[in-house]
Amino acid sequence: MTVGVSALVLGATATQAQDTNQLNALQRQLEQMQSNFDRVVREQQAQIEALKKQIATMNEPGRLPVAATETVAPSATAASASPEKSWSPTDPIRIGKGSAYADIGLVATFAAGGSTADDIEGGAQLGGHDPNQNGFTIQGVELNLQGAVDPYLRANVNVLFSVDSEGETFTELEEAWMETVALPWNLQLRAGQILSDFGRVNTQHPHSWGFVDSPLVNARLLGPDGLRNPGAKLGWLLPTSFFSELSLGIQNSQGETAASFRSAGHSHGDEEEEVPFGYRHADNDRGVNGVGDMLFTPRLATSFELTDQQTLVLGASGAFGPNNSGSGGDTVTQIYGVDVYWKWKPANAHGGFPFVSFQTEAMLRRYELGTFDWQEEADAGETPIIDEATGLPAVLANETVTDYGFYSQLLYGFRKGWVAGLRVDYVNGEEGDYEKMDLTFDGESLGRDPQREERWRISPNLTWYPSEFSKVRLQYNYDDRREEGVDHSVWLQFEFLLGAHAAHKF
Amino acid sequence: MKKLLLGTLGVLLTIGAHAKLNVVATTPDLASVAKEIGGDRIELTTLARPTEDPHFVDAKPSFIVKLNKADVLIHGGADLEVGWLPKLIEQARNAQIVSAAKGEVRCCDGVKMLEVPPELDRSKGDIHAGGNPHFMVDPENAKIVAHHIADAFAKLDAANQAFYLTNSAKFMVALETKLGEWQAKLAPFKGQQIVAYHNSWTYFAHRFGLKIELFLEPKPGIPPSPSHLADVIAKMKERQARVIIVDPYLSRKTAETVARSTGATVMDVAQMPGGVKGTEGGYIALMDYLVNSLAKSLAEKK
Repeated sequence: MTVGVSALVLGATATQAQDTNQLNALQRQLEQMQSNFDRVVREQQAQIEALKKQIATMNEPGRLPVAATETVAPSATAASASPEKSWSPTDPIRIGKGSAYADIGLVATFAAGGSTADDIEGGAQLGGHDPNQNGFTIQGVELNLQGAVDPYLRANVNVLFSVDSEGETFTELEEAWMETVALPWNLQLRAGQILSDFGRVNTQHPHSWGFVDSPLVNARLLGPDGLRNPGAKLGWLLPTSFFSELSLGIQNSQGETAASFRSAGHSHGDEEEEVPFGYRHADNDRGVNGVGDMLFTPRLATSFELTDQQTLVLGASGAFGPNNSGSGGDTVTQIYGVDVYWKWKPANAHGGFPFVSFQTEAMLRRYELGTFDWQEEADAGETPIIDEATGLPAVLANETVTDYGFYSQLLYGFRKGWVAGLRVDYVNGEEGDYEKMDLTFDGESLGRDPQREERWRISPNLTWYPSEFSKVRLQYNYDDRREEGVDHSVWLQFEFLLGAHAAHKF
Repeated sequence: MKKLLLGTLGVLLTIGAHAKLNVVATTPDLASVAKEIGGDRIELTTLARPTEDPHFVDAKPSFIVKLNKADVLIHGGADLEVGWLPKLIEQARNAQIVSAAKGEVRCCDGVKMLEVPPELDRSKGDIHAGGNPHFMVDPENAKIVAHHIADAFAKLDAANQAFYLTNSAKFMVALETKLGEWQAKLAPFKGQQIVAYHNSWTYFAHRFGLKIELFLEPKPGIPPSPSHLADVIAKMKERQARVIIVDPYLSRKTAETVARSTGATVMDVAQMPGGVKGTEGGYIALMDYLVNSLAKSLAEKK
């Protein structure tokens, strides 16, 4: 037995050495073949003969001992992995993929046009980066940097520069996060300043939207600037045969980028003159006293290939956290959303065209309004809201109000560079008890809360992409607000892109 | 003794035996080379379809699942897939296939890239910083790719190392033999002008001594304009270019219009096996088709 094994080992070693030699010789031949493109044919012919001989002498595949692995082809990798010239810090930074440690891209989006509405900013146009006045609007000039941080992390930063309707320059940190490359169990952690993973539009930057402006339901329920805050998100790719990802975000719950939560009250535009949301101030900030005071955003996203040319993405999202409505009570907000995305693209599409896509998001928000006594404001010298039933400053009770809405959009890329779109927006709120009270402000009857009233909007548009790096878009909005009536807006959007263009998520 | 040896070999093989290498290739051309080398000992998935514009593939979520399970990712690496692959890799949570990882096969390594722009300027169209990424239509480059793939397979699946290396050598020999044949077939047409829709045939032209310098697109990625087409027609007449080649995802109509005014023939070509009927067999079948039909078209028009 021992002898047998020894013999076997010897035999195996001999075979191994022989095969290793053969492999090395083969390897050298191959390398030579590759590197000498323009050598004369007879040299190649000689190589072929050598190769043929070697193959003929090689027996059954798969009989090589495992130990031979290390001897194979390290030289080939070394030879082939030499890029032409690597970048050094003293070289000029070239904008583009792989020529610097971060890819740099800049997208500048502008709009020109007008509206029949006299409250364009924050009224007719709810989104923070929507066209906000008759004439020109800088919707945003967004700088994007991204790249690998080290072998474990990659990072992405989006900084937005703009000039508001009053001519004031401002900067927003849209996103700045790092993300793990590969955690165990198919987990992925993202941390920093992040867009909450809620629905579809909220995680997209405005330049990749199919329309000039934010959908009404996003701007009204999540906030004019969407939902984003410092925090972290853990995503788990489920072990299913189709794509499904479960994620949970935990973020700060305060600030104007968390408008339905601990925000300073979400009125827009000329805040001074407007009646606040829920007809009460947001003075009830209890601060953060525990994990429960953070903003939580769970999401489940799934995707199915319906056919070779049709893809469906389904998602369900939630956003839960405290709000600071009124002046008392442990008030909280819950937002629920579902989203659907379907896309058809034929097997011989050119430049991404033609295609048809349908996208819809529906949301429901339950917002708890805190108790509020206008007498205290009156005492402080502010004009109070008066309850006509008593003739005194109104005393508003705690109540939970429900708002909901959806948008549906259809995009048809009918020829290369051309997309026709149609979007329908709808938002509404169930009438709250405070809206049924006979309230007046400055002598004017209040009735339905303008930030919760029913509203329809229909927006057809046409986009032309002269190239991947520029676009011109003409959009018309037919806008029907229950109290204000119908308004018409026409916006011409134009955009350019410099530098690296990051790939888009599906 | 013989029995014992066989038995021990059996044990060795059993120890070495494991699940098949899970290989994902971005495009069908790379996939066909992977298939030559991996045969039935790998599980092969191709992301882009053969008739599809490889620059603009949708980053479908189902691809994330495929990449998540991949042991090997084979991609061109020369920005061809830049519009869709990076986002997929980011979400795949697979350290095995990220840049410079063991399972990442960057096929353009070692390929002599053509048309590397001296400066990056998009007024010249959508040019790629790393050079023209359509390098696979030169069989010499297919050899380099075969080498990379065999190398990666052999390292990651040592039990089948000899199988992969043998297949790779066989494939290279076949390519070498075929290359001589192809070159001989196209030799009579050396220096002839061929018109293409998009500038994706540089490497092919370079290898076979053809001139593919006239394009229906005025600049890469920019749609043809009437004035540009008029210019192309004039130049075609002047240079006696009589064949227009069109990829399956490009507008055959435009090519036909130009062909009518110049008396040229429109020939369907593809860079991907399966992109044109009769090329489903793989890389060599595709090159056979390209060379044979081109030789035929050029001979007819002589």
